[in-house]
Amino acid sequence: MAQVTLTHVKKVYAGGVEAVKGVSFDIPDGGFCVLVGPSGCGKSTLLRMVAGLETISAGEVSIGERVVNAIGPADRDIAMVFQNYALYPHMSVYDNMAYGLRNRGTPKDEIDRRVKEAARILAIEGLLERRPKQLSGGQRQRVAMGRAIVRKPQVFLFDEPLSNLDAKLRVQMRVEIKKLQRALGVTAIYVTHDQVEAMTLSDKLVVMNGGQVEQIGLPADVYKKPASKFVATFIGSPPMNILPGTIDGPGIVALGDAILEARDLRQDLPAQTAVEVGLRPEDVEIASEGEAGSLPFDVEFIEELGATQLFHGQLAGLPFVMQAATDVVAAQAGRIWITIDPDRVHVFDSKTGARLGRV
Amino acid sequence: MVEDRRLGDAIAYVILSIGVLIVAFPVWLTFVASSWDNPTIINGQLPLYPGPYLFDNYYRILFVGTSGSTREPVASMMLNSFVMALAIALGKIVISVLSAYAVVYYRFPFRMTAFWIIFVTLMLPVEVRIFPTFKVVSDLNMLDTYQGLAVPLIASATGTLLFRQFFMTIPDELLEASRIDGAGPFRFFKDTVIPLSITTIAALFVIQFIYGWNQYLWPLLITTKDSMQTIVIGIRKMIVTSDALTEWPLAMATAMLAMLPPVFVVIVMQRLFVKGLVETEK
Amino acid sequence: MQKNAYFSGLTVPALLLLPQLAITLVFFYWPASQAVWQSFLLQDAFGISTDFVWFENYVTLFSKPGYYKAFVNTAIFSTFVCILSLSIALLFAVMADRQLRGAEVFTTLLIWPYAVAPAIAGVLWLFMFDPSLGMLARGLQSLGIAWNPRLDGNHAMALVILAATWKQISYNFLFFLAGLQSIPKSVIEAAVIDGARPMRRFWTIVFPLLSPTTFFLLVVNIVYVFFDTFGIIDTVTGGGPSGATETLVYKVYSDGKGGSDLGGSAAQSVILLIMVIAMTAVQFKFIERKVSY
Repeated sequence: MAQVTLTHVKKVYAGGVEAVKGVSFDIPDGGFCVLVGPSGCGKSTLLRMVAGLETISAGEVSIGERVVNAIGPADRDIAMVFQNYALYPHMSVYDNMAYGLRNRGTPKDEIDRRVKEAARILAIEGLLERRPKQLSGGQRQRVAMGRAIVRKPQVFLFDEPLSNLDAKLRVQMRVEIKKLQRALGVTAIYVTHDQVEAMTLSDKLVVMNGGQVEQIGLPADVYKKPASKFVATFIGSPPMNILPGTIDGPGIVALGDAILEARDLRQDLPAQTAVEVGLRPEDVEIASEGEAGSLPFDVEFIEELGATQLFHGQLAGLPFVMQAATDVVAAQAGRIWITIDPDRVHVFDSKTGARLGRV
Repeated sequence: MVEDRRLGDAIAYVILSIGVLIVAFPVWLTFVASSWDNPTIINGQLPLYPGPYLFDNYYRILFVGTSGSTREPVASMMLNSFVMALAIALGKIVISVLSAYAVVYYRFPFRMTAFWIIFVTLMLPVEVRIFPTFKVVSDLNMLDTYQGLAVPLIASATGTLLFRQFFMTIPDELLEASRIDGAGPFRFFKDTVIPLSITTIAALFVIQFIYGWNQYLWPLLITTKDSMQTIVIGIRKMIVTSDALTEWPLAMATAMLAMLPPVFVVIVMQRLFVKGLVETEK
Repeated sequence: MQKNAYFSGLTVPALLLLPQLAITLVFFYWPASQAVWQSFLLQDAFGISTDFVWFENYVTLFSKPGYYKAFVNTAIFSTFVCILSLSIALLFAVMADRQLRGAEVFTTLLIWPYAVAPAIAGVLWLFMFDPSLGMLARGLQSLGIAWNPRLDGNHAMALVILAATWKQISYNFLFFLAGLQSIPKSVIEAAVIDGARPMRRFWTIVFPLLSPTTFFLLVVNIVYVFFDTFGIIDTVTGGGPSGATETLVYKVYSDGKGGSDLGGSAAQSVILLIMVIAMTAVQFKFIERKVSY
C-alpha cells in the first residue's frame, strides 16, 4: 500500500504536442482516485505515466516514498487493468494470472495458492483452464482483474476498464470493483470518461480538460461547487443549464428581465459585468405564479424518463431544461413559474469560465 | 515506455543497416559493373565505384544490342515485358472482378461449382503443367504472340478470391439502397462496386504487374523469335557459359533495366504494394 | 459465405463467369488432365507409336537415382532457404518494429528486392560469385577456399540458396512486420507490467502470437522454393554441376525440354501437383484453426 504523489507532471510528445500540462495532486494510501474528462484531455496519458508506459517529460511521480520517474513499469509495484483487457490470447486463464508471478520467480506453490485465491474472490474458479477467446466480456474483465490482484501490488491502475461492457454489466462490475478495492485496501487510480462511474467510485475526483486539472475534490463537493463552467457541465446529468446574464448588484444576477439571487457570488463585481449563470435541471422547483423570486418558464415539450420527467423550453427567452417529479402535471406547452434555491445558483466568468464564488 | 532503450536501439540500427547493406550490395555491384568496360570486369579488377562507361553502355544496350547471340536492343525487350505485364495485370483484374461479382452477387445453380473450379487453381503455378500448357498454346497458334505470353497466366484464382473477399465486406444495405434508388445489377456494379473497389484494384494491379514483368519459364518456352523476347529472358541469353564471351557491362546494364520498373513501382506505390501483397495472400 | 441481398438470373452470371472459366479450363484443366493422361503413356524412340502403359512411367521414375537426388536437392534447398530467410526476416522485422526514428525508411529499403525477378536475382549472385571474375568469389579464394560453383556441387547449392534467400527476405520481412504490428500494443504493455524483460517478452508473448504468420509463411516459402526459384537455378547453375542443384521442378523442365521423355516429365508433374495440393490442404486446415484461436 502506498500513497501516490504527482508533482508538476508534464507530457510533451515528440511533435511538440503538450498532452499533460503540469499536473500536481496526491492520493492517500488506500484512496480511490478517479481521473475523469472528455477524450483527449490527457487522463489516460497521466495514468500511463504513473504506470511507466509513458516517459515523464517533466515533474515527478512518486509511489510510496520512492520517485519512480526512471523506474520501469515492472519495478513500480503496480498492476494495471486495460480497456481491452489485454489478456494473453495464447494462454489459459490460469497462465494469464500466473505469468507476472512466474516472471518474478515466485515459487510454484505460492503462485498456485495466489491464483486460486484470486479466482475464488472473483468467482472464476471454473474458468481457469479456458482461453480468453472462450470467455464472455464480463469474464474477461474478471480475469484482467485477477491478473492485477495476484500480484498484490501497491497501486491498481484502471484504464477505462468497463467501457467495453454493456450497460447492465457495467453497473454490476462497478460495484464489484469498489468492493474489491475496499476489501484489499489498495490505492487505486481509475480513468474514465463516464461521469457516473467517476462520481460513484471515487473518494478523490480529478476532473481534467485540455491536459490540465480543472478541479480536485470529493465527488460531492465537485458536484455542489464546480470550480468552472467546464466541470459544471461535465459532471451531472442532464447537464447544467448555462445562461448568459449580468451582475445586477451584490449577490444578484439578471437573466434578461428576470432577477435571481446567488448566495455564493462574489460581492465585489461591478454592475453590468457579463457573467454566465449555471442552473442544474434538478435544482429547479415549481412555484406558483407571482411567488417572490419566481421566474417565468415557457415549456415547449416534455420528455418522460420514467422516474422523472424533463421539461424543455425557454427561460427568459433562453433555452432551458428542468427536471421534475412524475407527479408534477404541466401542460405540454405553456408558461409555468419556477424558483431556484439561491445556494444552488452558480455564476461563472463569461471569459475564463472560472467560478465567481466567495473567497 | 520507461525502459533503457539506448543499447537496444543502437543494436537495432546496426542490424537494420546490415540488412540494407545485404539487400543493396548485389544491386550496387551490378550498377557499378554496368558502368565499366568488359576487360576491367573480366580481369576481376572491378572497383566499388561507378566508372566512365555508364552512358555508353546504357545507350548501346538500349538501342543497339549486344554483339553476341542476342542482337535485339533492350528497348524492344522492355516494350515486350511491359506489354506482357500490363496485359496480365489488366486481364486478371477484368476477368476476376467479373467472376467475383457473379459469385458474390448472384444466386444460380452451380454457383459453388464455378467457385471451386476457380479456387482449385489457387496454388498451382504454371511450372507444374508447363509442357501440356505449352502444347495447348502451340496448338492454338499462339507461340511468339503477346496473347500466348499473357493469356495462360491470367488464369488464376488470386484475383477472384481477393475481390470476393472484398465484396463480402460491402454492406448488404448498399445493394438494397441502390435497388430502392432504381439501380439494376449493371448500375450497381458500375456506380457502387467498382468505385468502392478502386484501391483493391490498384493494389492487385501493382502485384500482378510485378508478377507479369518477372515471368521467366513461360516466356522462355513460348518465345522463339528474338523480337518477342522479354528483358528477363534477354539477359539470360546474354550470359554465356564461357566468361570470355559474356559482355558483362551490357548484361549488367540489362539487369539494372530489368529491375528498374518493378522496383520503381514498389517504392513509389509502397502502400498499395503492401496492401496488395498482404491481401492477396491471406 | 453468402450475401443476403443478391440478384437472380442465370444468363448474366454465366456471361460474367465465362472469361475466367474459359481461360481456366483451356489453360489449366485441359493441360493438367493432359499431364495426367501423358503420365500413363509411353512413346517409342522414334515417336511413331504411343502405348498406354499404366504406371510404368512412375515405376521407371522411382527406379532412377536421379529422381531421388532431385528430391534430396529440393529438401536441402527448401530447408535452408526457409530457415535462413524466415529467421533473418524475423530479426529485421523485430528491429524495424521498435519505434525507431527512420523505421519507415529502413522498411522501404528492405522490401524492394521483392520486385526483383528471381532470374535477375540469380544473375546478380552469379556475377558476385563467378569463380574467375566475381568480387566475392575472389574474396573466398583469397581466404584459401577453392570456390568454384561450376565444378563443386556443394558450392553451387550454397550459391542458389543464398540467391533464393536474398530474394525472399523482403517478402517474409513484410509479413512478419505486419504480423508484429497487429499484436495489440496493450498486450505487450501488460507483459511489461507483468515484469517480462525484452527477451522473455519476445519468446513468451510475441513469438507465440506471431505463430499464425510464421506458419503461413512457411507454407508460402516452400511453394516459393519449389516453383519460383526456377529462374534462379536456371540462370545460376542450370541444374548443374551434374545435377547437384536439380530440383523437382527443374527436372520436369529439363526432362521434358527435348521432348524425349514426355511421359516421365508428365509423371513428375503429376507428383508435384499432388504435393502442392497437399500443401494447399494443410494451409486450409491451418486457416480454419486460426479462426478458432
